[in-house]
Amino acid sequence: MTTRKTPTRRRFLSAAAGAGAAASLLPAPFVLAQTAKVKVGILLPYTGTYASLGHNITDAMIMAIEEAGGTLGGRPVEYVKVDSEADPAKAANNTNKLIAGEKVDFLTGPVHSGVAMAMVKIAREEGTITIVSNAGADALARQMCAPNVFRTSFSNWQTCYPMGPEMVKRGHKKAVSITWNYAAGHEMIGAFKEGYVKAGGQVAKEILIPFPNIEFQAHLTEIASLKPDAVFTFFSGGGAVKFMKDYDAAGLKKSIPLFGAGFLTDGTLQAAGPAGEGIITTLHYAESLANPTNKRFTAAFKAKTGRPADVFAVQGYDTGQLLVHAMKAVKGDVKAKKEIMAAMRAAKLDSPRGTMTFSKSQNPIQDIYLREVKNGDNVVLGVAQKAVEDPGRGCGMT
Amino acid sequence: MDVSSFLVQSLNSVQYGFLLFLVASGLTLIFGILGVINLAHGSFFMIGAYLAHWLALKTGNLFVAIALALPLSFLLGLAVERLAIGFLYARDHLYQVLLTYGLILIFNELQRILWGNDVHGVPVPALLSASIPLTEAQSYPLYRFFISIACIGVAAAMYLVIHRTKLGMLIRAGAANREMVELLGFGVKRLYALVFALGAALTAFAGMLSAPVNSVYPGMGEHILIISFVVVVIGGLGSIQGAFVGAMLIGFVDTFGKVFLPEAASLSVYAFMAAVLLWRPQGLFGARPA
Repeated sequence: MTTRKTPTRRRFLSAAAGAGAAASLLPAPFVLAQTAKVKVGILLPYTGTYASLGHNITDAMIMAIEEAGGTLGGRPVEYVKVDSEADPAKAANNTNKLIAGEKVDFLTGPVHSGVAMAMVKIAREEGTITIVSNAGADALARQMCAPNVFRTSFSNWQTCYPMGPEMVKRGHKKAVSITWNYAAGHEMIGAFKEGYVKAGGQVAKEILIPFPNIEFQAHLTEIASLKPDAVFTFFSGGGAVKFMKDYDAAGLKKSIPLFGAGFLTDGTLQAAGPAGEGIITTLHYAESLANPTNKRFTAAFKAKTGRPADVFAVQGYDTGQLLVHAMKAVKGDVKAKKEIMAAMRAAKLDSPRGTMTFSKSQNPIQDIYLREVKNGDNVVLGVAQKAVEDPGRGCGMT
Repeated sequence: MDVSSFLVQSLNSVQYGFLLFLVASGLTLIFGILGVINLAHGSFFMIGAYLAHWLALKTGNLFVAIALALPLSFLLGLAVERLAIGFLYARDHLYQVLLTYGLILIFNELQRILWGNDVHGVPVPALLSASIPLTEAQSYPLYRFFISIACIGVAAAMYLVIHRTKLGMLIRAGAANREMVELLGFGVKRLYALVFALGAALTAFAGMLSAPVNSVYPGMGEHILIISFVVVVIGGLGSIQGAFVGAMLIGFVDTFGKVFLPEAASLSVYAFMAAVLLWRPQGLFGARPA
């Protein structure tokens, strides 16, 4: 299929997949233990603003398992999908549905950090082996870490800390940071500041805007009067597009270069148009990475889904790879939890983002790339910092 | 704060105020004349923005897109009035709130089905894409001035239609005493449908005009719904002048609140609303309850 599928069709397909999953919930009578299916619970948003993230993570995860023969340790796989709706209020209920109701062997997801906190809290109590495939809350590498909880995505800290030294290296000694006044904003801006101050930079002002306010004009005037060497920012979705456009239209980009967390320019560049050009960001992935695994992965994902791969698909793919690796190590015995967790801890994944291993808090140790927007694409300038590991402060396992 | 940044911030305030007025005027029109609390107001704003995005993509020109999208949103307003709102004029406000909340969900889902969940940008028309330098570091986009001028135009047109034309007279009469207007032989039902459709088209127009500045994304309607209600409540429910003054005041309070009290930025607007309501519970230009 060469044409881009319309959203309608995509929705239909996912609805069909959902119906299929629902049908397979019917009890299968007396299946022999050895050929019993491995149940992988997936808690991701399939409706709402983050639906496209949920679909990319799911499809890439299944693709990774299919590439390994469609089995986990020789056993067939059953995917149990629950739509998280990216709603923290429903997270506990949805998690229980998968753990207590479906008795899944593995739990994966979610996109939203608020959902992740509730999900991991329950997973810690129940002991279900859990792989976080997106949510970036720092706490999951810190006070919320647990032997049965892994993460294949990133911590907010990890993606922003390397930008601090990089900006100082470029001669920008005085910066203003601006973001929404919410948890992810604090963590990203805080990590940037930590790296920036350590490298000798000075943050002249931290501007925090009530979430999800997108009227930036007053703050842009403030930035113009503060005259910093550079600005560091994090916004996402519509807010990111509007900030890039307003910053450019206010004429600030010419005199005060704009730097950002990688999610500023992921999935937003088409809408931002020329306003995005020249913005420099850090992230653990870029579609344009030239390594062979990434080339093979992006082509395969496009062929399978008709959609271009993105950072979320990569995280889903690595979640699948981690499951394949661990289940191979125990030859499909889901009861051997200790061995599965040990195998996961020791895993060295050949990810599209580059080689990835796990820290003591079971979070990824990965390279953070420096990217610049050129012709509407995040072009990799190089590695901002090699093998970055979240400090894992407050995690009992480090 | 030096003089030049004070002046630029004042400009920001006035400009934001104009935008708020444009967004809130449809809401106050519908409430003032029909007595309907329209929670789907934000949905019309979103639909306007998506229509502008979609038609600008097809035609390559934002102005052509707006010219096409305006009658479409007017027709949509008519349809919504005929199929839904029209049954609830005599009912309690709670029914209207429930119905129009349901409409929000329906329109959001339709948006997802028709246009997907991606964020879209609408390019500023080439004619208006320049920026005017204000200070050495900051310049002001011409398009924002254009929005302000369009808002002044809309405000003037609304004033003239309501106060100087026969239609306006009927609208005012219908709002004051529906039965009497009907007894005199004018179809109030048709009039109400017209007003609702006009209000919807006006709100959609605001969405179209601000699409290049705001970008177009799911959930954008909910963003503006709350601030629209704040503007309308401060100005006095149903008063066009009130909406204008309310929008300007909010523009200043929000802008300078962000500068002087950044910690309380999210509160300043609501604190101001509370203060106004304590002083004048009916809003600045609202009619005193009998």
